[in-house]
Amino acid sequence: MSALQKVMDWVDDRFPLTATYKAHLSEYYAPKNFNFWYFFGSLALLVLVIQIVTGIFLTMNYKPDSELAFASVEYIMRDVDWGWLIRYMHSTGASMFFVVVYLHMFRGLMYGSYRKPRELIWIFGVLIYLALMAEAFLGYLLPWGQMSFWGAQVIVNLFAAVPFIGNDLSIWIRGDYVISDATLNRFFAFHVIALPLVLIALVAVHLVALHEVGSNNPDGVEIKKNKDPVTHIPLDGIPFHPYYTVKDIVGVIVFLMVFSAILFFAPEMGGYFLEANNFIPADPLKTPQHIAPLWYFTPFYAILRAVPPMFGSQFPGVVAMGMSIVLMFFLPWLDRSKVKSIRYRGPIYKIMLALFIVSFIGLGYLGLLPSTPLLTIAAQVFSVIYFLFFLLMPWYTSIDKTKPEPERVTG
Amino acid sequence: MKRLKNLLFLLAAVPVLAFASVAGIHLDKAPVNLADQESLQRGARTFVNYCLNCHSAASMRYSRLQDLGLSEDQIKDNLLFAAEKPGETMKVGMTKTDAKVWFGATPPDLSVIARSRGADWLYTYLRSFYRDDSRPTGWNNTVFDKVGMPHVMWGLQGELAPVMKKEGEHEVVERLELAKPGSVTLAEYDAMVGDLVNYLVWMGEPAQLQRKQLGLIVLAFLAVFFVVAYYLKKEFWKDIH
Repeated sequence: MSALQKVMDWVDDRFPLTATYKAHLSEYYAPKNFNFWYFFGSLALLVLVIQIVTGIFLTMNYKPDSELAFASVEYIMRDVDWGWLIRYMHSTGASMFFVVVYLHMFRGLMYGSYRKPRELIWIFGVLIYLALMAEAFLGYLLPWGQMSFWGAQVIVNLFAAVPFIGNDLSIWIRGDYVISDATLNRFFAFHVIALPLVLIALVAVHLVALHEVGSNNPDGVEIKKNKDPVTHIPLDGIPFHPYYTVKDIVGVIVFLMVFSAILFFAPEMGGYFLEANNFIPADPLKTPQHIAPLWYFTPFYAILRAVPPMFGSQFPGVVAMGMSIVLMFFLPWLDRSKVKSIRYRGPIYKIMLALFIVSFIGLGYLGLLPSTPLLTIAAQVFSVIYFLFFLLMPWYTSIDKTKPEPERVTG
Repeated sequence: MKRLKNLLFLLAAVPVLAFASVAGIHLDKAPVNLADQESLQRGARTFVNYCLNCHSAASMRYSRLQDLGLSEDQIKDNLLFAAEKPGETMKVGMTKTDAKVWFGATPPDLSVIARSRGADWLYTYLRSFYRDDSRPTGWNNTVFDKVGMPHVMWGLQGELAPVMKKEGEHEVVERLELAKPGSVTLAEYDAMVGDLVNYLVWMGEPAQLQRKQLGLIVLAFLAVFFVVAYYLKKEFWKDIH
């Protein structure tokens, strides 16, 4: 017995190292027909690691103090060795996180990855998405620019729209009557400790649930239904390692090329990743001419603005915005189709999904613009389509003409 | 706390009004070329001589000007008026309270002004001051109406006078005309402001030339890595059908 084997045996008697490696990598059988859309899960994990590592290094020089925060970011950009690289990795990473997560969620919608028995994977995923939005919102206050300040002001004021307790609630969140040093300090604490812990825990349970039931695939058929009678290995499954590790490396490199192209040549991404107004230090006395959230929040911001105030309260809009995300949790039970994958669905689902995507992107675009009466009508139309995609789903998925699913996965 | 509740409505209304007023201003294209070291050096000289009396650039160290091909002695002898050592940042002596009394507003720090305003805005703004006796400083600006800043470089550019036209009920500035020539021609002044804006763009992010250089190396590395990874994947997957 080799020395290495002896060490491994010693560890395995005390900790399931080999068993864990087998269960999650070398003997975790994934369908062999993953396509392009299956890169984004591993890429989301990569971006999470990038954000955590660059975040740790930023924390070493960032000052969570309303007098010093803005200047400390510029100090990182100029005087800290490679500080500009770390900061741009973090700011580019924030937006790219949402890019890969949105594509990952779209994949789920296309291939029915939320359907039985993967309901919990989907629910954990929506929770990750919520935690990610909170993390991004909190982090955006930290550079203490004009958009940081006024963006936080607008979002915290949403809580003020809650009837009866709204004002007290928003003061409790801010720790002050306005966004201030107290707010900055608590947002910093949540951004660097609380929410990263929540995110990592949720990602862990998302993966545990996934590996318990096994991955879905573009055909939406269960590979565990057809196992080798002797080895009990799914006939259409291949070990995650080495097959998908080598494949994901290719995806990682292509992603890093896109990431680097933005980071090194257009870190502001035309104002979408870093806004021009955020290069002005926060000034509580000077409201910027146009306040828009960062691009990944704009679909929900557009829904918020599309709902007119009722009884002199903006609360209905806030409820609509909240509902637009809450509905995602119910998706596994709203879908009544006999098949999972879009490949075997009928025309109605395809049209509804296309309309939903157009509406989501349309809302995202409208959320960036100042509202005008005409644009508000457009946002209202898109919002209605957004909600009907979910609310009518039990009906249109059950009447839709589906094609028969194949017994085994196709190429 | 009704004010807080109402803020949302206000915020929804403000952008519409603001957009209408901003849309009309035409901006000239700034001649930005960060590869032109001499232009950046001339811009740095103009910046230190004209801007750095009232405006600070508190994130910018004098010593960083070495990136523009200047030696430490050159910086010390020619550019260090308001500081003792090249390692210091570009601060000004004027206090915020004085500034507020003199100009109505504290002159903004210029470290990242090119990133918030944009090069074209700065280039147009610095060439658009005109005589307006209704203003406390005697100056106004077509890009930034009722600006608190006087025309600091009027001795160079000279005095521009507005040519007004009627637009509805209001008189608006149609264009500016040279009323009293300065010490340089308008073309020379434009070139000088061009150099200054070039410098401001560089100062907004002094690492940007290094950033682009490194970017090419990183992308080249990833391209090679891609070829290796692609064939590795192909090799592993050749038995999967």
